[in-house]
Amino acid sequence: MPNQEPLVLEFENVTVRFEDSTAVDRLSLAMRAGETCILFGAAGSGKTVLLKTALGLLRPAAGRVRVFGQDITALRERELFDIRSRIGVLFQEGGLFDSLTIEENVGYPLANQPALRCSPEEMRRRVEEALRFVELEHTLEKVPSELSGGMRRRVGIARAVVTDPRLVLYDSPTAGLDPITAFTIMTLIVKERDLKNTTTALATHRYQDGSVLANFRYNPATGTLEPGGNGHAGRTRFLVLKEGRLVFEGSQAELEASTDPYIARFVKREE
Amino acid sequence: MLDWLKSPVLAVQDFFLLAGRAIGNVARRPHYGSDIYLQMDIIGVGSLPIVIMTGFFSGAVMAMQLAKALSQYGAVGQVGQVVSITLVRELGPVLTALLVAGRNASGMASELGSMKVTEQIDAMRALGTDPIQKLVTPRLIATCTVLPLLTIIADFVGIFGGFLIAFFLLNLTPSEYWSRAWQALEWLDVAQGLVKPFAFAFAIALVGCFYGLRTTGGTQGVGRATTQAVVVSSVVIFFLTFFLTRIFVNL
Repeated sequence: MPNQEPLVLEFENVTVRFEDSTAVDRLSLAMRAGETCILFGAAGSGKTVLLKTALGLLRPAAGRVRVFGQDITALRERELFDIRSRIGVLFQEGGLFDSLTIEENVGYPLANQPALRCSPEEMRRRVEEALRFVELEHTLEKVPSELSGGMRRRVGIARAVVTDPRLVLYDSPTAGLDPITAFTIMTLIVKERDLKNTTTALATHRYQDGSVLANFRYNPATGTLEPGGNGHAGRTRFLVLKEGRLVFEGSQAELEASTDPYIARFVKREE
Repeated sequence: MLDWLKSPVLAVQDFFLLAGRAIGNVARRPHYGSDIYLQMDIIGVGSLPIVIMTGFFSGAVMAMQLAKALSQYGAVGQVGQVVSITLVRELGPVLTALLVAGRNASGMASELGSMKVTEQIDAMRALGTDPIQKLVTPRLIATCTVLPLLTIIADFVGIFGGFLIAFFLLNLTPSEYWSRAWQALEWLDVAQGLVKPFAFAFAIALVGCFYGLRTTGGTQGVGRATTQAVVVSSVVIFFLTFFLTRIFVNL
């Protein structure tokens, strides 16, 4: 049965160019509400560029980008703020402001997005709630440099979800982390998706990350991940980017069956 | 054939776009008062010791040098006049601007550059703030406010440095020195001495922020941006003072 959920993100023949290179080349894709998209690609394949284009941080040279049904391609910076307030984003290294405390960092979107302004008490409550979500409620007064790499990433997640966005973009959330910390981060991403039913796009080069997102669900009773269950595998798509082009789109089984050497690089087969 | 011209022309265009938006934002909400205040403290109060030192020594050195030259004409008494005119018209504004360029254009470029390479600028945009409004405009307003004030201080301290030399080494009386120093100055000199730092402030803040926001290529890129910011803002200061002097001497 075709998915009838509304379109959340839509790329139509999008090309993004930098001065002397093409980062994304005539790429089309569509994400519907509640879907999970996992974007694989080598370094420099255009994953980050794709996510930044979805936020309107980069402008496509050609093609159309629609977010929540609205064409953002020609919008001016100020007009983009409303759309961006409905998207959560975790940047590759967390992107935390190192001159601000953790509380100010997480509260930043609430304090600055015109559409989300709220009272200081309400802001404090939501910041604490978001930090509790990532189990870092004791770090309010610290600054990012006092936290470990994994903790910074978790604060980044708290900042991405403090606004209760319908769409969350994660740019290589586990890059440079040890396997245990990486799993903690992935647990939080699954938790956010399953508890709040957010549409999730994850760019990564680690197959385990995609596999966790596709095959596990969050159990609120135990606070841990458990295999399968609520049909996420059916709502999860895998995409592979190569030099700015989409070279694969399909399910995990199709991905694992692929014989293309570039695509097979991202799949860790059970030996 | 003219491809090599493309990137410098584009850079100049980008610079003027940034300048236009930064200046346009001055009148637009939201205003980040606390950022302006913080920058005034960093640029103004932070530069005070070095500006005072440089002002003092340049005035003192000039008095010594001029005394030697003026003594050939038996005009050592004129030293106050020459010191005050030179400082107020030219040396005060230019030296202060060069020092602030070295301290703060580099500071701005490295701070904004690090923010750029760690995706903090992108995060800012994604979370609902215009980086030009939040980062560039406060630095521009702060520099435009404090640089003329710093220049006034440098001028005064310089004239005072000249006075110490005149009094202790040249045996001039205080009234001889100060009355000539004061009477030598015309309104046009003062105007020139205040218009220049105001123009230099634009060069320092905008060039510093421009190179910061253009940074690419990790920590190495931040170093490169910092160097470029200092070099370019210093050169622009000399260009500006040349043209402004040209205008003022014809008035």
